Amino acid sequence: MSDGLRGAFIHGRPALVAYVMAGYPDRAGSLDALRALVDGGADLIELGVPYADPLADGPVIREAADVARSANPGGFGLAETIDLAAEFLAEMGEGAPPLALMTYLNPLMRMGLPRVAEAIRSAGIGGVIVPDLPPDMAPMWLTVSSGIDTVFLAAPTSTPERLSKVGEMSRGFVYCVSTTGVTGERTELPNELATLVGRVKASTTLPVAVGFGVSTPEQAAIVARSADGVVVGSALVRRQHDAGELRALCRELADAVHGVV
Amino acid sequence: MSKMFPRLDEVYTGPDENGFFGPYGGRFVPETVMPALLELTAAFEDASDDPSFQEDLSDLWVDYVGRPTPLYQARRLAEAVGLGTVFLKREDLCHTGAHKINNTLGQCLLAKRMGKKRVIAETGAGQHGVATATTAALMGLECAVFMGVEDIRRQSLNVYKMKLLGAQVIPVDEGSGTLADAVTAALRHWVERVEDTFYVLGSAVGPHPYPVMVRDFQSVIGLETIDQLQGRGIEKVDAVVACVGGGSNAIGTFYPFVLAADLFGSPELVGAEAAGKGIDTDQTGASMTLGTPGVMHGFYSYLLQDDAGNPLEAYSISAGLDYPGIGPEHAFLKDEGKVSYEPVTDDEALEAFDLLCRTEGIIPAIESSHALALLPRLAKRLGPDATVVVTLSGRGDKDIDIVREAGLGSE
Repeated sequence: MSDGLRGAFIHGRPALVAYVMAGYPDRAGSLDALRALVDGGADLIELGVPYADPLADGPVIREAADVARSANPGGFGLAETIDLAAEFLAEMGEGAPPLALMTYLNPLMRMGLPRVAEAIRSAGIGGVIVPDLPPDMAPMWLTVSSGIDTVFLAAPTSTPERLSKVGEMSRGFVYCVSTTGVTGERTELPNELATLVGRVKASTTLPVAVGFGVSTPEQAAIVARSADGVVVGSALVRRQHDAGELRALCRELADAVHGVV
Repeated sequence: MSKMFPRLDEVYTGPDENGFFGPYGGRFVPETVMPALLELTAAFEDASDDPSFQEDLSDLWVDYVGRPTPLYQARRLAEAVGLGTVFLKREDLCHTGAHKINNTLGQCLLAKRMGKKRVIAETGAGQHGVATATTAALMGLECAVFMGVEDIRRQSLNVYKMKLLGAQVIPVDEGSGTLADAVTAALRHWVERVEDTFYVLGSAVGPHPYPVMVRDFQSVIGLETIDQLQGRGIEKVDAVVACVGGGSNAIGTFYPFVLAADLFGSPELVGAEAAGKGIDTDQTGASMTLGTPGVMHGFYSYLLQDDAGNPLEAYSISAGLDYPGIGPEHAFLKDEGKVSYEPVTDDEALEAFDLLCRTEGIIPAIESSHALALLPRLAKRLGPDATVVVTLSGRGDKDIDIVREAGLGSE
């Protein structure tokens, strides 16, 4: 069983949070991808659940979700993702990094919140990130999800009151969204990012990981100067069809975040 | 405006401060737009309490839209369908040809009040897009409208109108290229540009406060109807009918009747939803008949979805009703038994379209034709002396290519 997501942030250095899409390019390929992230030095794995209407995601993750849903016979959704994670975590045993599901709310609702919480716990999954579940709407989930770290998102638009709420209600870490907009690679980081990270850190006792728009080792190294963790998604998903390429990029990112280079 | 009505909890509970009508509604959106929704909620409540805001809106409704719209007694239609009396609430006579402008004027006035200089909108049939583009031109706001590529193809007239009115039309080439995809694209864009952009949502859907805001701005339809029926000395109405996609003209029609349930002998309220090719096919938009509760576009309501919780692609001949969800207040009214919802197929809607053209000389929108298609059914149920009110939500100029393709008017 997992010790929760916070275990990724106790190594005395910034953590790399690496995102891949479950079921992409197919189930076996995504299992290889998870192994590649471990080999590549990821401290925390964020496993995306394929969904038809991913409101917060950019084109790369959207396309991967579409492929995952259509390439696997019978589709690929939350149940299949939990099953995949369970297999991966069992295979890794003690060596497994903490793993969080990134899923939209409706697949959870459709499966039934108590049932999905039980499935997540028994799979050994440490936490969930639900981008369309702000803290205000979360009580219905939090009352049934004890033992699961629910990570809330802080945004550049969040008011001080809302940052406090996010900081208090999050478990594991706080996910700081670097910029307004959807996930995806961007050529430049926002100028005021360090200030934002400072505001979020001041609102919580938890580690703060920054995501959205971070894609290169250079960007990751800059973000790691102010944040406790760096989330990279689209850039990794773009290499997910080839475990070798994926491992190589993950290693470069991990080295940059860990301050090795 | 809310304040014009009796206290809501005298009739039913909702929405609460998070926008829930019973279990339905809410604000299921990324944190990035939560502050904007809270700010919008406060601004809307403030405007609702401000008589000068209501006066400004009311003046525009009268002088610019041409309100009140007529309540027209359609005698030849009544005879053809076997009913005693049929009244048509003529929203098709609104400036821009549909009820959508009632709401865009309200929301754009609010945008100006909040100091926003840029508005965006989604559109299906193009009526809400045209209404938003029109209002933006009137008020000097920059305007961009998201529209699915399939809808751009089947509603080319409205696309051109929006461009004439100075709006930018942004094609959405995802999913089935229809209304649901346009809403998603508009929401995504809003997440990115939330600081300088006001999202003018056209239907009674989306995160709180949109469903309530759209309802309040559209309730002028039902309020006028009640007033006009009373003005004619009508004491008994058997049914009030409107078409439902997301449900803006329907909630605007029904809500005042729900609040005044003791008037006119408590008519039954009936929503006509799009069955598409039939509720036994997978080409349908009948979310009330076939859907189950779920979250899409920031709210919890009946939804066409698969076993994994993915929203399904809806289908209807009508771009305005081609949506896999429905406004949360409708879901609540259905569960409470205050409104019933019946599916109407493409073919039934086309037949009703044809009938209204030939009996009354009125070319209805294909959306509104779904409501008209319930009349023969109601005649069977309520008998030949019954009185029925239908909200004719829009006019059919935009649908000429679609009905021609379907073979109407070929003789």
